[in-house]
Amino acid sequence: MSATQTVSLAVPRRSLAQRYPALRRFLRHKPALLGLCVVVFMTLFSFAGPWVIPFNATDTDIRARLMEPFAGAHVLGTDPLGRDVLARLMYAGRISLSVGFAATALSVLIGVLVGLVAGFYRGAVGAVLMRFVDAMLCFPSIFLLLAIAALIEPSVTSIVVLIAMASWMEVARVVEGQIRSLRERDFALAAESLGAGDIRIMFRELLPNAVAPIVVAATLNIAHAILSESYISFLGYGIHPPTPSWGNMLENAQSYLTNAPWLAIVPGVAITLTVTSFNFIGDGLRDALDAKLDR
Amino acid sequence: MGRYLLRRLLQSLLLLALVSMIAFAILHLAPGGPLSQFLAVGTLGQEDVDRLMAQYGLNRPLPVQYLDWAGGLVTGDWGQSYRDQLPVLTKIGMHIGPTLELMISSTLLAMFIGGLIGILGAVRRYSFFDHLATVGAMVALSIPTFWFGLAVIYLFSVNLGWLPAGNRETLGDGSFVDRLQHLLLPCVVLALVSTAVWSRYMRSSMLDVVNQDYIRTAKSKGVSPMRILVHHALRNALLPMITITGLHVSTLLSGALVTETVFTWPGMGRLFLDSVSNRDYPVVMGMLMFTACMVLLGSLLADLLYSVADPRIKGEAK
Repeated sequence: MSATQTVSLAVPRRSLAQRYPALRRFLRHKPALLGLCVVVFMTLFSFAGPWVIPFNATDTDIRARLMEPFAGAHVLGTDPLGRDVLARLMYAGRISLSVGFAATALSVLIGVLVGLVAGFYRGAVGAVLMRFVDAMLCFPSIFLLLAIAALIEPSVTSIVVLIAMASWMEVARVVEGQIRSLRERDFALAAESLGAGDIRIMFRELLPNAVAPIVVAATLNIAHAILSESYISFLGYGIHPPTPSWGNMLENAQSYLTNAPWLAIVPGVAITLTVTSFNFIGDGLRDALDAKLDR
Repeated sequence: MGRYLLRRLLQSLLLLALVSMIAFAILHLAPGGPLSQFLAVGTLGQEDVDRLMAQYGLNRPLPVQYLDWAGGLVTGDWGQSYRDQLPVLTKIGMHIGPTLELMISSTLLAMFIGGLIGILGAVRRYSFFDHLATVGAMVALSIPTFWFGLAVIYLFSVNLGWLPAGNRETLGDGSFVDRLQHLLLPCVVLALVSTAVWSRYMRSSMLDVVNQDYIRTAKSKGVSPMRILVHHALRNALLPMITITGLHVSTLLSGALVTETVFTWPGMGRLFLDSVSNRDYPVVMGMLMFTACMVLLGSLLADLLYSVADPRIKGEAK
């Protein structure tokens, strides 16, 4: 008993990074790591930040209108109604990040379901579904988003649904390709010959093996969703004030470009930083999870 | 080759039919309807709206309306705007010029600059410049186009006063120089994303080529590096870029809409935004169709050009 324990103790413990080569590769990807730090920071900043600063995003102060940044109590200045820009940036971040995450979750759900069914039941079902995906991809995304956005009641939920509806196609394509090749593999055939049902093969056998590309697509999708929110809010069909979002902060800033440029600079930097970070993380994940690229 | 062409054309037509169904469904299944704004504002009573519905044929069953509209698409009658009764195709025709001008000029700019960055990045792989270009391209892809547009306006129009901040020409001027001045800023703004895309694909395409055997052969027989780059590598590296450009039409159209809004450029993006805010259904549907056609045409042309430019494809397609 004690002898076996000694033996097991003699095996050097390997760190997480050693056990998971993908993690090791990800940790070596410096831009992705930096991106991860920025995303963590932006999330903390947006969700915990409002507890720290002494201002509220909706309190107006007419005496302190359009104060410049770094000059007084308002670190990032104030807007035309005397609201603290830093506080608004945080609350807007909550909305923009939540929209990004929620829209991605929904679009991945739709994309995975469509891709799974299309890849598993090839033939007519798969062909019809994938042609539908092709057709949806023919519409330039902003045109599609605006056409629907103008018709529905704008709210945070409807914007989430809208962005998901316009962005699930890439995921569906990725999943369909994966599933189509995976279901020809021996383990899938083995499960089939053991009498496993379609649903079981799809979700228990095939889907877990297609997780890596889905994770990559989802990460890039978050970047895309945050950008989409900012575009439709900027064009006036997204999230409406008084609910702040990074996009509608920029829309409001447009009229004060000459005398209060910081109103445009601040949310723009926040969007660019966050979106760049998600893109880098997605890039790093792709390199890390794709074994073929292992060098 | 002929059969391949035919099959691609048939596929595209089928896709267009599907696209038309989606465009129609999006607008007609959404709550409200084309005339709901009149009811909401209160300018028209219910009976007026009913009469208008009958006049526009909106009280017919949806499948009938769809077939009527889709039939019109084929015969060239894309319907009329609810606002000014102009045919949809005429309205699109009035606005497509400025958009194409913007798209083509920015694509050329992106090809040149992005291509140059990509080639340099491939030649000096993993150099400081290469890393800088990689990060720069990622940032360029992540900057909201409208924000970049505002920044450029603030810098070059508001602060420096070098270039006009919007519109296509000064009223009453419209000379070549004047129009060029107006084109420059929006062109650069729209080209940002394309430049990033081009530089990335050009780099990887170039890297694929320089690792081929015939490049090594050329090197070993003493061809000068510059000549290898231009005559041997670049020609082949540019081939896949045909496809990239063709597939980029969709992104370019989206970017054009945003850029046109920021620079009050009188193109299709403006028309689309105006039509959307006025619930001008025929124009919105027509433009969704039209842009989808442009996207499809882009990928179709890319496929064709590629198979013409690359003799290997011809052999396979026979």
